[in-house]
Amino acid sequence: MVLPFAGRSTKQAPDCAGPRARRRPSGWHLLLAPLSVLFLLPLAQMLITSFTDNGEINRYPPRFLPSALHIAGYTRLFTDAPVARWIMNSMIVSGIAVVSHLVLCSLGGYAYARLSFRGRTVGFVALLSTIMIPTQMLMIPTYFMFSRLGLIDTLAAAFVPFLTSAFGVFLMRQFFLSVPKELEEAGRMDGLSTVGVLIRIVLPLARPALTTLAIFTLLNSWNDLLWPLIAINDPQLYTIQLGLLNFQGAHHIDWQELMACNVVASAPLILGFVFAQKQFVQTMSLSGVKG
Amino acid sequence: MKLGILLPDRERVSPRRPRSAKSAGAVPGPPGPRHTLRRRRLVASLTGWSFALPATLIIAALTLFPAVWSFLISRERWNGFTPPKPVGWANYQAMAHDQDLQSAVNHTVLFTVLYVPVALLLGLFLASALNRKIRFIGFYRTAIFVPLVMSAAASGILAKFVFDPQFGLADNGLRALHLPAQGFLTDRHQVMWVIALIYLWGDLGFSVIVYLAALQDIPKDIIEAATLDGANRRQIFRHVTLPSVAPVTLFIGVWETISVLQIFELILTTTRGGPLGASQTVVYFIYNQAFQLSRYGYGSAIAYLLFAATLLLTLGLLAYSKRTKREAF
Repeated sequence: MVLPFAGRSTKQAPDCAGPRARRRPSGWHLLLAPLSVLFLLPLAQMLITSFTDNGEINRYPPRFLPSALHIAGYTRLFTDAPVARWIMNSMIVSGIAVVSHLVLCSLGGYAYARLSFRGRTVGFVALLSTIMIPTQMLMIPTYFMFSRLGLIDTLAAAFVPFLTSAFGVFLMRQFFLSVPKELEEAGRMDGLSTVGVLIRIVLPLARPALTTLAIFTLLNSWNDLLWPLIAINDPQLYTIQLGLLNFQGAHHIDWQELMACNVVASAPLILGFVFAQKQFVQTMSLSGVKG
Repeated sequence: MKLGILLPDRERVSPRRPRSAKSAGAVPGPPGPRHTLRRRRLVASLTGWSFALPATLIIAALTLFPAVWSFLISRERWNGFTPPKPVGWANYQAMAHDQDLQSAVNHTVLFTVLYVPVALLLGLFLASALNRKIRFIGFYRTAIFVPLVMSAAASGILAKFVFDPQFGLADNGLRALHLPAQGFLTDRHQVMWVIALIYLWGDLGFSVIVYLAALQDIPKDIIEAATLDGANRRQIFRHVTLPSVAPVTLFIGVWETISVLQIFELILTTTRGGPLGASQTVVYFIYNQAFQLSRYGYGSAIAYLLFAATLLLTLGLLAYSKRTKREAF
């Protein structure tokens, strides 16, 4: 197996970088530039198609760039279906999921990291054991559980499974374990309660962990399709992902409208990613390297 | 992207972290009568549980309880309306003769076996490429990471357009190169390959990011020392880089295996298992059996089988790596 050396030699000695060192990066450009284009091309086609008239999309032979830009796809999108409502639903579901994750996982993580109480080990082992259970195994009984509680076809059905997660509790616990105990003890000396210590001392330090958790939760809840597909039938309660699925007619597909919907469904997270790339990348890498 | 399934042991990966919080909390109070001590303990327990209970209770209610119920359903014949009929292990026995399930399993296993090594190799390769201070590196990283935040539904629908035989970008490119147009998603010999390609587009960024973080964690002085000792680039890669990223490789391998075994949304939005069941996967099969055909007992049995297989595979991999102390790559 020949892989390029994951090197830093060009970085380590910039002063002695001769012509050889300066030439080397260009080799990587030859690989990375076409690859980047390849990765962005589908996104470009999505955006372009959403502005292309359907007549032109169906023309043969097809062209990548249209002769004129039309926004009719977007206007049709919002008049044909309650898309604004779907986006609203997604925002409600994700918003509740993020806020509830931040609160419940902070509380739980802090308890399992720092407080001692009867049954702590039992509770923690129970949490640990749930992390291996795949959602697919749970969807059938969860559907019937929600159906008996009268939750199917309510917005609550969409967000209740995202209220908290074992992963989130672990993430916060791991972070709280790394906070120096002396800081908390100082807070206690100054007369803070347990809640006070958490809110005034620990949480402000935990901002990176909280950001990570918020991004994870946002990605998961906004992008989920399987659960709303099962739990929601009323088109008024669709999330945007479910609505997207609905635009795929059985026979005829209005591609311009569908791609416009795709843009609308993906744009918030893509724009969020471009503006907060550092946090996003940290979030992803945290999951793998630091837990 | 399925997150929150597995966490590597943090203590193992970064030994600088404190090991345990056993000694935390419960500052011993001043010596007093026994009942105040008991009361103190009670207050501590109540405080602890009031913090821990909401999350713990919700998670238990949404995972442990349904997991047990799922097993009970798997031993019943049930259409969701009429009372369930206990059938013992019949649902599990039925799986052995189900040709459609067999092919769904085959597709899923083949996909996993093909996809995971590619995600590891390409991920490490690209992470090495992106771990450089060259011009436009920010642009390159953004381009490769952006598909990560797109939902499987959106990328599936987009892929359906890109691989459309009539106006898709893919066949257009082939035509421009004077190559014969392909059926892609409509060709049952090509469909799984195309889906793997789409999945790679949407998911490769994850292994690249994790590898990139691991590469940047390698202390510079180790590489400097190796260079001083006269190691060439390939030797440094072999003896410094590879061992350093080995734990992360195991993590990505397990993570990717779990997510690939659960592939569903992409199938739903591109082919719905077609043509002729050629892209049927296990989770799509479960969804179809339960929520389309109302065979909840059978669906639950297959879901349990999937869970058992995932668990065995993951535990096996972890045990193997623990025993050999050398992560498989």
